[in-house]
Amino acid sequence: MTDVTENNEKNGSDQFTNAKSYLLQVSTKTGLSLYEHLAAVLSRILDERPKDVVDTFEDLSRDQKKAKFTSEVDTVQDKIDKSTEVALAEIQEKLFSKGEGEDAEEIPEEDVETPLPNLMELCYYFEQAGVGLNREEMVRIWLALKNLVDNHPLQHVRFWGKIFGTEQNYIIAEVEYREGEDEEEEEEEAEETHEEDTTEKDNDDDEDEENEEDDIPKPDYKPPPVVPKEENRTGANKKTYFICNDPGKPWVKLPSVTPAQISLARKVKKFFTGRLDAPVVCYPPFPGNEANYLRAQIARVSAGTHISPLGFYQFDEEEEEEEEGGGRDTFVENLEFEGIPVRELVDPSLSNWVHHVQHILPQGRCQWWNPVQKNEDDFEDEEEDEEREEPDEPEPEEGPPLLTPLSEDNEVDSMPPWTPKISSKLVPQYAISVMHSNLWPGAHAFATEKKFENVYIGWGHKYASDNYSPPPVPAIQEEFSSGPEITETEDPTPEEEAALRAAQQEAAEAAEEMEEGEEEEDEDD
Amino acid sequence: MDCQDLRLTIEYVGSSGIILSSEQKAALETSLTILKNNHKFDKTYFWGKILGVKDDYFIAQGVGKNEFEDRKILYSKNLVNWGLLPPATPEMKEKAKLAKGRFTGDPSFEFEHTEIKKIGEGEEQTEEEETVTIKEEERLAAVIAEIDYDVRIIPRGAFVKTAKGSPSVHQPQIFMFPGYVVSGLSISEAAKLCSYMHFREATKMHEQTLLEKADMNPSIDFMDPLDKDIPKGSWSLQFERGSAQVTLRSLSWQGYVFFHVPGTRRYGSIYVGSGEKNMDLPFML
Repeated sequence: MTDVTENNEKNGSDQFTNAKSYLLQVSTKTGLSLYEHLAAVLSRILDERPKDVVDTFEDLSRDQKKAKFTSEVDTVQDKIDKSTEVALAEIQEKLFSKGEGEDAEEIPEEDVETPLPNLMELCYYFEQAGVGLNREEMVRIWLALKNLVDNHPLQHVRFWGKIFGTEQNYIIAEVEYREGEDEEEEEEEAEETHEEDTTEKDNDDDEDEENEEDDIPKPDYKPPPVVPKEENRTGANKKTYFICNDPGKPWVKLPSVTPAQISLARKVKKFFTGRLDAPVVCYPPFPGNEANYLRAQIARVSAGTHISPLGFYQFDEEEEEEEEGGGRDTFVENLEFEGIPVRELVDPSLSNWVHHVQHILPQGRCQWWNPVQKNEDDFEDEEEDEEREEPDEPEPEEGPPLLTPLSEDNEVDSMPPWTPKISSKLVPQYAISVMHSNLWPGAHAFATEKKFENVYIGWGHKYASDNYSPPPVPAIQEEFSSGPEITETEDPTPEEEAALRAAQQEAAEAAEEMEEGEEEEDEDD
Repeated sequence: MDCQDLRLTIEYVGSSGIILSSEQKAALETSLTILKNNHKFDKTYFWGKILGVKDDYFIAQGVGKNEFEDRKILYSKNLVNWGLLPPATPEMKEKAKLAKGRFTGDPSFEFEHTEIKKIGEGEEQTEEEETVTIKEEERLAAVIAEIDYDVRIIPRGAFVKTAKGSPSVHQPQIFMFPGYVVSGLSISEAAKLCSYMHFREATKMHEQTLLEKADMNPSIDFMDPLDKDIPKGSWSLQFERGSAQVTLRSLSWQGYVFFHVPGTRRYGSIYVGSGEKNMDLPFML
């Protein structure tokens, strides 16, 4: 019993100290504590003894506070930092102002075709489908796209979509330059290759020096030839992509994608951070930083999910006949396209939708490139190569041709690759048809009458019902088969050495004797 | 998110690609009002959407007096007729983990999972196949419970624990620290993960060090803060429009989005996703 009461007492005193220390806390604004204030008020009441104190207590308390002089002016100068909100608003304010010198009301020339899409109309349709972004954000993106169009010679611009990152998000614009106006890019590339050349030369010098010192055996392994990347305007590099983190911030052009990056992007699954220069830490190592990974994923998403109603595009018959075999890679808009009824578009057979972006082959290119022919060109001067067996002509990889209907798409883990939907079941006569991709969650398309559009809003990862597991490390190399020619002989023991020496000595003596004998014989002759 | 101002709050998650069409918003406003009345809920929340291959499930939650315990989950496919989901039992949760693949959109669909069991030892070992069937409706209930347990979050101080009964949680306006709560989190607080708490019974309280416990306010800090989550980095915290809004996206349940407007009481969360946990998270960070 005594213990309990003691405990209670202890708790009581603890609570009392806690309460008192709380009351003694000094306000950061006035420098007063409630404890002091109450003490002052109560002592004043006891001194003055006014009538009905409880009614006038608030006034007394206020009087007491007023009596104490506190300066209004803080000694620390007020300097409010610009919040990030204000900073961003200032950046975005430029989007809403017209360019300099355009203040005078200018009537836009109606004849000039602008590559800028009517984003708000598309946003309206996507909203019916229950996908897309805020209208306000869309307006900002639209204005940012307008900015892009004004500053670059572009022929075609599209809002590609938004990819979420862990720190920032990417807003992606898909553009096509006007014919012959993407020179900057070529120059950049030329510089890059030049740099590579110089580094290679340096390496050669090093090797020469080493050779003088010691003859290092060279491995006869040749790495498989690097698959060359596709030219701009073809295959996976058909379109150029610009990204920005927030509308209003500068647009950054993404580098063109190489087949190696695409095939590696298929093997890894990483979150984007939102910084283009961030390294992609993964196994197997990714060739490039996040900008390259982003570009590779964009290429994969585009190839997998950009779809249009059947008949909207058609092959250009005149041109195509001249071309040799291989997939056709250009198409033109079908001016006679009449639109497909919504009911047919949402048919689960999916045969009324076609892919209008080329399939990317396992090689990482859209057009298959034969690695063997290059082998011959490169190593002609090396005689050894000719002796070796010529590798068999590899089977060309083939993908579905352009404008293949979605009905040909593979199933995604035994579920249909696309989910067709109708935007409204209540008013179907005015509804639009919507497609949701199940392979790339976040990819959507809508179509109504003669309009269609694709958009991607998601994390940039392909769907898989199984867990991701990184590719295993390569198998351990086999050891060189051990045979007599590489086996080290055992050292002889001292006894063996002694025995050998004795034997040698005996033999030598015998030989001497023989010689002597012979000499004698000679003399005899 | 709260249904009362759904049309306002849904705008805040629009930047995460979560949009309701006007038809859906109108239907929700009508049907949830009726729902609240019929079930005598104190509050109804629009919980989100689970995407199925053929059809989607819209999920709403109705709450009685106690935010923790009086919680009923309802689902609808057309946003008009709502059906009550059975409460998720631990057994259902175990079974739901075995189901692989996306939801189909048919509540009576049955997922099958075959497990090969080995019976006996040595040469007498025989393999026996055991099939577990999981009804989609049950899986739905289990997944929603899992998501609520794993990622449902609130800003610190949005709920306070009162002296009346230990686990009961009440709206704070009437109770202690109204000033603190009404003004929401400040911008610098909103940037820290420790300012957000899991809306569930605390499970990691005993892991706190003494030093941390000393600074805790028992009326507010009665739930687990987010910075203790494993693995680190399973949340993506971003400010939008400068610092006008803070958005938290869960990386382990992709599709869960939480927003809070610093300096106000406005906060909410929604889940729009396939209802599959991101098991690859450790590889992706």
